[in-house]
Amino acid sequence: MSEAQPTDRELSECDPDWPATRPSVIRDAVGVGIATGAYGLSFGAISTASGLSVLQTCVLSLVMFSGGSQFALVGVVGGGGAAMTGAATALLLGVRNGFYGIRLTRTLRLRRWQRPIAAQLVIDESTAMTIVRASRPAARLAFWATGISVFVLWNLATVIGAFAAELLRDPRTLGLDAAAPAAFLALMAPRLRSREPRIVAIVAAVVALASVPFVPTGVPVLLAAAVAIAAGSGSLRRRRRIESDDETPAATAIDEVSA
Amino acid sequence: MWPAILLGSVGCYAIKLLGFSLPRKVVENKGVMHVANLLPVALLTALIATQTFTSGRHLQLDARAAGLLAAVVAVRLKAPFLVVVAVACAVAALVRLVS
Repeated sequence: MSEAQPTDRELSECDPDWPATRPSVIRDAVGVGIATGAYGLSFGAISTASGLSVLQTCVLSLVMFSGGSQFALVGVVGGGGAAMTGAATALLLGVRNGFYGIRLTRTLRLRRWQRPIAAQLVIDESTAMTIVRASRPAARLAFWATGISVFVLWNLATVIGAFAAELLRDPRTLGLDAAAPAAFLALMAPRLRSREPRIVAIVAAVVALASVPFVPTGVPVLLAAAVAIAAGSGSLRRRRRIESDDETPAATAIDEVSA
Repeated sequence: MWPAILLGSVGCYAIKLLGFSLPRKVVENKGVMHVANLLPVALLTALIATQTFTSGRHLQLDARAAGLLAAVVAVRLKAPFLVVVAVACAVAALVRLVS
């Protein structure tokens, strides 16, 4: 959250190093794709272990295409929650992709017809790889190469994981019911470096567990998010009254893209 | 199941597309950004808590807790994503086998 990002700086159109940096941009994109593919393997497995069919699992990876949201939906369903509650949780987690899009518009300067295609590739990984580039050609290549590489490998891995887990009679004997919480933990850990998100995390966990006996399964997660967010916006108002910080909001948002 | 999958999927895509068309004013609003940053933290922790310590509508302490504990240790040791998940599964499976 402290490292400087080239947020508002105008990107240069001409980059003296440009054609030379091209292979390294592509190499990074493929590397990120392989790493995410490994993660897609566990998504495919957890999804079918939660009771979704292989086809449903694949539709999620193709159309929803956002790891956190996909894990959330199958997690809620696997825990016995209503499918629609799972969808609501997935949508809330997907909100951050909308913010990435706002940020990327300035960098990519897409043509109108490119937007519907590019939109599907807006995820944590492609955003993180794009915003660190120094010139527009490099940023554009990073976006498309990372997006496509992650999309292809994520979907490929999903199919393999889904079929592999379907062969198991009881996924719990392999401890697969512990996989989703561990995945969430690994996703969230980089966001817990400062005090405020830590407090929000604790409040969310306590509210979720305390409300479990009283509301339908899956709802505690939404409830916890609401309470934690209320606490968060309250703390922002308090802090504003005390001091006015000059951090650019866009920079703070993009610093969170480390997951 | 299908309606939820389609609604969630199309909705997630619509959010991404919306991001390309929203005015800059929104992204520069501090309150909006603040909430956007905290939302994933709150959701993910609540998911971790409920998926580890509950079964249906009651609290339950079982092998999954051991798995999560192992995952915490793995994250602390800066293990890569797949190792964190694999360690959690292995420990949960082991505890279940023993108990």
